[in-house]
Amino acid sequence: MEKKETRQQQQTGIWWEVLQDCLPMCAGYIPFGLTCGIMGRTAGLSTFEITFMSAAVYAGASQFIALGMLASGTAGWGLIVLTTLLVNLRHLLMGAYMVPHHLKLPRPLGYYLAFGLTDESYALVASRSDRKGYDALYNWGVNTLLYLIWILATFLGALFYQSIPDPLEWGIDFALPATFLTLLIPRLTNGTALVVALVAALCAVLGALYLPGSWYIIVAAVAATLVGGMMERSNTHER
Amino acid sequence: MNGKILLIILGMAAATYLTRIGAQLIFARAGSPGWLERWLKHVPTAILTALIVPQLLLPQGYLDLSLNNSYLLAGIIAAFTAYKTRNILLTIVLGMGVIIILNKLIS
Repeated sequence: MEKKETRQQQQTGIWWEVLQDCLPMCAGYIPFGLTCGIMGRTAGLSTFEITFMSAAVYAGASQFIALGMLASGTAGWGLIVLTTLLVNLRHLLMGAYMVPHHLKLPRPLGYYLAFGLTDESYALVASRSDRKGYDALYNWGVNTLLYLIWILATFLGALFYQSIPDPLEWGIDFALPATFLTLLIPRLTNGTALVVALVAALCAVLGALYLPGSWYIIVAAVAATLVGGMMERSNTHER
Repeated sequence: MNGKILLIILGMAAATYLTRIGAQLIFARAGSPGWLERWLKHVPTAILTALIVPQLLLPQGYLDLSLNNSYLLAGIIAAFTAYKTRNILLTIVLGMGVIIILNKLIS
């Protein structure tokens, strides 16, 4: 009986953690979702169509790009789908990080958790896993909550698109980089992590300057991860 | 719903889900190898940095290291706040406050 209670308390604790950690992410999610809804209507989609897009695709950056291509009227099915694939390739790397955790779960749950993988959910789940260990309930809570907020924000943006001023002009697009900063800074506790961050920063800036689209994220993340991996390996050899 | 748009959305959804589930599909049979975990240890640091830095240094798409770049200034203040307090909400509120004030001053 007592054991059961502690488990329940643990679960309640995790739900509080989910709410607490998702709150700052919402400051970024809601304006982007609203903007997505507005852009969808501007590009000629109906409220249902843009909301359906947010529910089915659930990848902000690639949705913005696709809507831009749709609005310009020049791009066909193949080009839009291929661009979406390229813009979202970074998920492969984040998914690989999750693999050791997700493969321990029942397969359908692993597949469901993969669907909710975004920059934001990944940042929260990875940070918590490194701090306190991976927890599937936490992963599930974060994914589901952020997913519902994204759909709802898109729907509201599309519904009220004529009466909402552009939310990205409120300076609120700084909310996501600021949230990511609070997740990044505590990780920079040793030399290897600092070098990884420096390599990633340098490659990301160069890539953003000279590479098309969002390739810079993948290039910088792969380069910095390889450097980190090599440093880890030489460290273990020394010992 | 417009058929052409429906096909585009379904194509985009399939492409995106493929990128999300790809790693699981690749390692589902063999299980995740030990070297993978060691090499991927730094993925969060790398991805977070790659997401943040260009937004602060190239907010308009070109490198802007001047004092007119409110994102850079707010980013420095936010990074310092995050380092000192570890408080997410305070960091965001302070950073956004700086952005709004600077944007008013600059324009």
